[in-house]
Amino acid sequence: MKFGILISEGPYTHQAADSALHFTKAALEAGHEIERVFFYHDGVNVGTRLSVPPQDERNLQQEWSALAKEHELDLVICIAAAQRRGLLDENEAKRQGKDANNIADGFRISGLGQLIEMGILSDRLMTFGD
Amino acid sequence: MSEVVKKFLYVNRKAPYGTIYALESLEVVLIGAAFDQDVSLAFLDDGVFQLTKGQDTKAIGVKNFSPTYRALGDYEVTKLYVEKQSLEERGLSEDDLQELVWEDEDDDWAEKPSIRIIDRKEMAALMADQDVVLSF
Repeated sequence: MKFGILISEGPYTHQAADSALHFTKAALEAGHEIERVFFYHDGVNVGTRLSVPPQDERNLQQEWSALAKEHELDLVICIAAAQRRGLLDENEAKRQGKDANNIADGFRISGLGQLIEMGILSDRLMTFGD
Repeated sequence: MSEVVKKFLYVNRKAPYGTIYALESLEVVLIGAAFDQDVSLAFLDDGVFQLTKGQDTKAIGVKNFSPTYRALGDYEVTKLYVEKQSLEERGLSEDDLQELVWEDEDDDWAEKPSIRIIDRKEMAALMADQDVVLSF
């Protein structure tokens, strides 16, 4: 089966990004496909490479980046939600005249159309939120 | 844009202000309209407040986005289901909601109401009938 994954809550405050990570790993292990992982609302904050959780805690961004690399996952951060919350890739930072960018490896910024398209292309869309 | 037409339901359960869910849900609906899918919106729990008329957000310094709901008809988003019990539990009736309409091109562009009040049982059936449910 082909799954689309929507993460709609921020890391650490909520378990959504953890549960989605566990689900995605389990789905891949069971031989399913992941069409895309879409980060919306505060979920976009998973994709900042500037988060530095304590060393004895999990690092959600790094785990997602590693999983994306291993399985060639498409991790998409909503651009509108990201801009509100201070997440910029190199291009956007330049376009907006900002002096830094913070998107982690394996993540890309794109529009909400990618969420709708994910719903169309997936057999099941799974929401991880509150 | 796509030959596949799926039934998309956007479920709105939260008050329009206090959290960003209602606004960011509306942004998905507007973008999603370009994909020519079979779109419905559901409003239940505190989500029914999203459609109330006379919203004034000046005192909280947040943008009043409620006029945007009136544009949905132009985006061919014409099915807004509001749960009757959620209205009643909050002392609201249909008269407290904005009048939202769409123009039916198959009926000489007659204006028709977009808001449909349904009860909890019908809401459950509506949800069961969908391909994709996005809950905000």
